[in-house]
Amino acid sequence: MQRQAVRPIRFLRRFCILPAQTKGSGNGKKSSSLSISEQDYKKVAKKHEPSRPILANCIKAFFVGGFICIIGQAIQEAFKAGFDMTSKEAASPTVAVMILISVILTCLGVYDKIAQWAGAGTAVPVTGFANSMCSAALEHRAEGLVLGVGANMFKLAGSVIVFGVVAAFIIGIIYAFLGFGGGHL
Amino acid sequence: MQFLWAFIVGGLICVVGQLLMDGVKLTPAHTMSTLVVAGAVADALGWYDPLVEFAGAGASIPITSFGNSLVHGALTELEKVGWIGVITGIFDLTAAGISAAIIFSFLAALVVRPKG
Amino acid sequence: MKLVGRQTWQFENRPRIIGRAAVVGPEEGAGPLSADFDYVYDNLEIGEKTWEKGERKLLEQATQLALINANITKEELQFFIGGDLLNQIISSSFSARKLGAPYLGVFGACSTSMESLALASLIVDSGAGEYVLAGTVSHNCTVEKQFRYPTEYGSQKPPYAQYTVTGSGCGVVSRSGDGPVITRATIGRVMDLGIKDPFNMGAAMAPAAADTIVSHFRDTGLEPGYYDLIVTGDLASVGLPITKELLQKEGIPMEQTTFNDCGLMIYDREKQPFVVAGGSGCGCSATVTYGHILNRMQKGDLKRVLVVATGALLSPISYQQGESIPCIAHAVAIEKEA
Repeated sequence: MQRQAVRPIRFLRRFCILPAQTKGSGNGKKSSSLSISEQDYKKVAKKHEPSRPILANCIKAFFVGGFICIIGQAIQEAFKAGFDMTSKEAASPTVAVMILISVILTCLGVYDKIAQWAGAGTAVPVTGFANSMCSAALEHRAEGLVLGVGANMFKLAGSVIVFGVVAAFIIGIIYAFLGFGGGHL
Repeated sequence: MQFLWAFIVGGLICVVGQLLMDGVKLTPAHTMSTLVVAGAVADALGWYDPLVEFAGAGASIPITSFGNSLVHGALTELEKVGWIGVITGIFDLTAAGISAAIIFSFLAALVVRPKG
Repeated sequence: MKLVGRQTWQFENRPRIIGRAAVVGPEEGAGPLSADFDYVYDNLEIGEKTWEKGERKLLEQATQLALINANITKEELQFFIGGDLLNQIISSSFSARKLGAPYLGVFGACSTSMESLALASLIVDSGAGEYVLAGTVSHNCTVEKQFRYPTEYGSQKPPYAQYTVTGSGCGVVSRSGDGPVITRATIGRVMDLGIKDPFNMGAAMAPAAADTIVSHFRDTGLEPGYYDLIVTGDLASVGLPITKELLQKEGIPMEQTTFNDCGLMIYDREKQPFVVAGGSGCGCSATVTYGHILNRMQKGDLKRVLVVATGALLSPISYQQGESIPCIAHAVAIEKEA
């Protein structure tokens, strides 16, 4: 791993954003038939690991993400024109419609196929949020509505909501402390 | 014109997400959580609202705007009713999105099976 | 039977695979080995309401077909040794319920096929059972649901991810009857060289495969050229080259024979790009062995094969807690009677 990437990862680990790292792999190396060390093996594994096509993925994410936002923009304009709303008023209905579209695509079984190609382009917009909830709901229908759908719907989206709310709370408290009294900087 | 900026800004935010997933090797859940917090912090600094004005859906569709809305709700209520507003106002603006996601997902689960 | 070296069993009483079956789902049926499977389902649901019921049905059907192929009834079966990837190996337990034979549940993740076959051979060879059925199953969607993400979730898989095989493979082992002979089995030890990425199964399992192969040849004193074919279970396109390099470092001349991987054989990675690096899962080594490899043996294409099934022994919790991935590989040598 590049040196530059290690520091932010350590930072994220300390604040429990990345999974914890436990010490010691206990690989039973002493009685193993292999003479290679763990460190050397990691180098071998790294050498054979096909690298992710980062540039290609970023380009695809850019275009698909941008396209989804354009659709959102179009829907927003439609609400503004059709229902005489301001941009602020049209924001919520627009998000609701985007969520509906995402749920429909998830139900048709195509969202995951598009996402394999588009990566963050489909995951980052609010459509990704809706897909995470809808896919979990569909999957766990097998376990019933209460224990399956109800309990598991937020399996993937839960972290987003939890961290968003906690961040908003902390920011609100800081604002209150610093006496800004609300509004924005 | 805003359409062009919506495309560019929305696309760029997605590229940041892609770099977090491919470069820093975060899982999608970690990436989205990071972006939500980033959106919240950006709003705290007063940067996100102007971005929404400028790029429209390019800033309001990505998950970062969820963080933005949560902070908005908290701060608006803080202004109105004081300290307790930080807790009571958080979901004001995001209620639509979360409710829509829950309701549509639930209805979908009643009639649709996953295709694998 | 006798113990040879540190961890290899040599079966002196010639236990044979007298019956077998391989049942698969649509994607495997669309792959290069489709003609070698006894039954191919055209839907991923396997005609059932949930993925888990579908996985169970695959194993139930494979066990039934294997018994028919072996020409014995359920009542004549002594023991059923089974395992799978689901929590508490429910597919095997529920299939055992239907089968009604005394049941030994095992968990070796994707190495279960050879783990169960080795144990079945041990029981038969020592006279502790006349007919023993060894089988395993995996299903793509149950594994995605349990270990990774809901099947409709849009996450982008890295280029080294693998695709779990939807399929079940079973074999009936006995001393009476005809069939290829199980000559040796090497039981693997758990190997963990620090790989943590649950999508990179190949790199995690390669040391286990190499360790078991080295142990096998060290214990038996044989050379790779003794076998016409050596296959690993599901190392796929990333793990197989790593294992080749590790074996080369250990001085094992694998170039004496054909060294391939079931995960690479069961799919056509060009026509089926969604499998990314290749197949994985308990069903991978099981269906390829009990279907394709034994078919080739029957035709006379292969005389001596070593199947090294590899498994990753992680759980979703161990991964979330930051643990690395311990793996294991079990090897079974199958030879055609001279």
